Amino acid sequence: MIDGAALAAAPAPRARRPRLLPWAPLVTLALLIGPVAAGLAGTLAPAFGWLPGLEAAPGLSAPGLWPWRDLLAWPGLTAAARLSVTTGLLSTALSLALALSICAAWQGTRAFAAIERALSPLLSVPHAAAAFGLAFLIAPSGWIARAFSPWATGWTTPPDLLITQDPWGLSLTAALVMKETPFLLLMTLAALAQTDAQRARLTAQTMGYGRMTAWLKVVAPRVYPQIRLPVYAVLAYAMSVVDVAMILGPTTPRPLAAQVALWIADPDLALRFRAAAGAILQLLLVLGALGLWRLGEIAGARLCVAWSCAGGRGLHDGPARGAALTAAGLIAGAAALGLAGLALWSVAGLWTFPNALPDALSLRVWRAQAGGLIGAGGETALIGAAATLIALTLTLACLEAEHRHGVRPSTRALWLLYLPLIAPQVAFLFGLQTLAAAVGLDGSRAAVIAAHAVFVTPYVFLSLADPFRAWDARLDLVARSLGAGPDRVLWAVRLPMLLRPCLTAAAVGFAVSVGQYLPTLLIGGGRVATLTTEAVALASGGDRRVIGAFALMQMVAPFAGFALALAIPALVHRNRRGLRHGP
Amino acid sequence: MSAALEDGLRLEGVRIAQGGRMLLSIDAHIRPGAILTVMGPSGSGKSTLLSAIIGAVAPGFDVSGRVRLDGRDLSGLAPQHRRVGILFQDDALFAHLSVGGNLAFALPPSVKGRAARRARVAAALADAELDGFADRDPATLSGGQRARAALMRTLLAEPRALLLDEPFSRLDASLRAQIRAFVFRRAAERRLPVLLVTHDAEDARAAGGAIVTLAGGAR
Repeated sequence: MIDGAALAAAPAPRARRPRLLPWAPLVTLALLIGPVAAGLAGTLAPAFGWLPGLEAAPGLSAPGLWPWRDLLAWPGLTAAARLSVTTGLLSTALSLALALSICAAWQGTRAFAAIERALSPLLSVPHAAAAFGLAFLIAPSGWIARAFSPWATGWTTPPDLLITQDPWGLSLTAALVMKETPFLLLMTLAALAQTDAQRARLTAQTMGYGRMTAWLKVVAPRVYPQIRLPVYAVLAYAMSVVDVAMILGPTTPRPLAAQVALWIADPDLALRFRAAAGAILQLLLVLGALGLWRLGEIAGARLCVAWSCAGGRGLHDGPARGAALTAAGLIAGAAALGLAGLALWSVAGLWTFPNALPDALSLRVWRAQAGGLIGAGGETALIGAAATLIALTLTLACLEAEHRHGVRPSTRALWLLYLPLIAPQVAFLFGLQTLAAAVGLDGSRAAVIAAHAVFVTPYVFLSLADPFRAWDARLDLVARSLGAGPDRVLWAVRLPMLLRPCLTAAAVGFAVSVGQYLPTLLIGGGRVATLTTEAVALASGGDRRVIGAFALMQMVAPFAGFALALAIPALVHRNRRGLRHGP
Repeated sequence: MSAALEDGLRLEGVRIAQGGRMLLSIDAHIRPGAILTVMGPSGSGKSTLLSAIIGAVAPGFDVSGRVRLDGRDLSGLAPQHRRVGILFQDDALFAHLSVGGNLAFALPPSVKGRAARRARVAAALADAELDGFADRDPATLSGGQRARAALMRTLLAEPRALLLDEPFSRLDASLRAQIRAFVFRRAAERRLPVLLVTHDAEDARAAGGAIVTLAGGAR
């Protein structure tokens, strides 16, 4: 094989502009790690009684442990912390078990392709929209209750049951499972592509193993290490999620992160210290849970080896395979019905219980809310597009630096990439908000865009890295032998050929940005209104028609991004069959 | 037909086509302890024939005909119900298990108790001149050791027939004859019908059984 790096290293004919590209990975990591680190520092200071800018406030700025005493004195603390841990661990364990079971039971079959098609679109649905959809479905006056009333239940009015916002956080857990199972499923699929899973499973099957047992014993142990970081991200996210908790979580008390977010937003400045201590406690809880999970992994690996060596064949896996298929169907069905419910509520006139369909349809809400919807929609699109552009630029710079200068990220660097996804948002966004306020940057759209870019960049990178690296490097040599410099190769050959994966990565990034709640709320200081912040703000009001309209728009925005990512390459490459099924 | 006549692996009018194009057609009866060698260039459908016998044909191939093992019709059975063992080109040892773990994996659950299972595994390893290798990482084994461990693993699952998918092609020439003899001897001891797929004429000669040469109709 011809060494491409040797060509890249050849001395340039003339003095050129300073070479910035080799620094791209470092700069990108700094832009990701910097805010997290600065934000954590900015949260730690008030957690120990020191808040820059509040020195003048009497009795509020003496350094010490008093914010912690204040936090510990809050009566809801134990329950709030317990909710964070139980809903986080339960939803993560369930999502992982479901994702692995579905793969084990059906991977490589036609049914699996259908499951994949049904669950993939769920990835782009913002958490808040999915949570509203589920709430509309399972609430006492939701579609499920209506479908069974009054003929089966005897209810003629919505029953007085606390189904959503139940004190155990079960509906919150359900919403998280609905969103995270497809995510982990697709992560597993991506990892499977790198292993010889199909043949390993077949080898085990020829030894008499049932399909599911074969997969779980020989494929899962090799796949899990590759999806470990996404699993950690899911665990940390589920423990510290705010928007879903505001919609479906219990209220007395709320899960810790949601309560901390309320304290931050409270006009009483004294509560900001308690909030800071609470945010640090949230971080400690997440670290503790991750440690616990790691111990579980070690124990699980041991058990798996013992289980494998015991030789049980698991031949009667029919019921288990059926259960996995049912679970996948339930998730896809609940999501689809929930989103249909959002749409229907937004155009419902009078809708009396227990009618399954509205008594009348009306566009009144859409007309009345048009201004707000367009304003928030425009803001969402602008912030999403800008953050995605930043993320895409950084990602391409990193990948091109890797290609030209061989600066390849190590496993440890990949950990750093995941850091903004694993550190609880509330723990460092609070500090970041304080710092932004100190330099007068809070409340600006630019600051919100920068904050979004921190969360968008990892996803864009993860989505684009593989197709970018898979591009046939011989084309690079061919183009350069024709006299093109590396820049021209990038702009005139590589990027046009990689248009489709670039746009897909951009759509992923845009969807991530649309779904951001806490960064928009905190860094925007409540002055930057996106579809997500507006929708979540409506949650407490309970006007289903308005919620339906905002949540529906929130869901449509990412879909529009993905539609463009499909349509543009189809149009541009309409006469280029070789690119149609490209990387 | 007496039971003895039915014993072994029978391929009755097995035809494999891809997109309407006939790849291969074969009729054969491999008696217990006998070896049938199938030779042919790549693309002639050799691997698909093995997939058809273990019950894992990739989509896009049409397989007709019947495969019987000891008189039992295998049509429509999932791989786990066929009792047909296979040894691939590379050994396909599971990288997350130790050598002993790989063998214990194959040992039927009817052998109960950790001690009894370990003993069976140790005996199988000794039989393959791999004494004391139970706790080794498969990745630290030499090519010949891996090949022997993979064969013992396949045999521990108590198959009724053995398929060999070019299992010697990755080995050094010096090792090849030795491993080949080892595999054929173990299969003969257990009176297994063996189907060997190869493109190495030396393999075919060493097998000593009937040889079917597939036409290189592909492409």
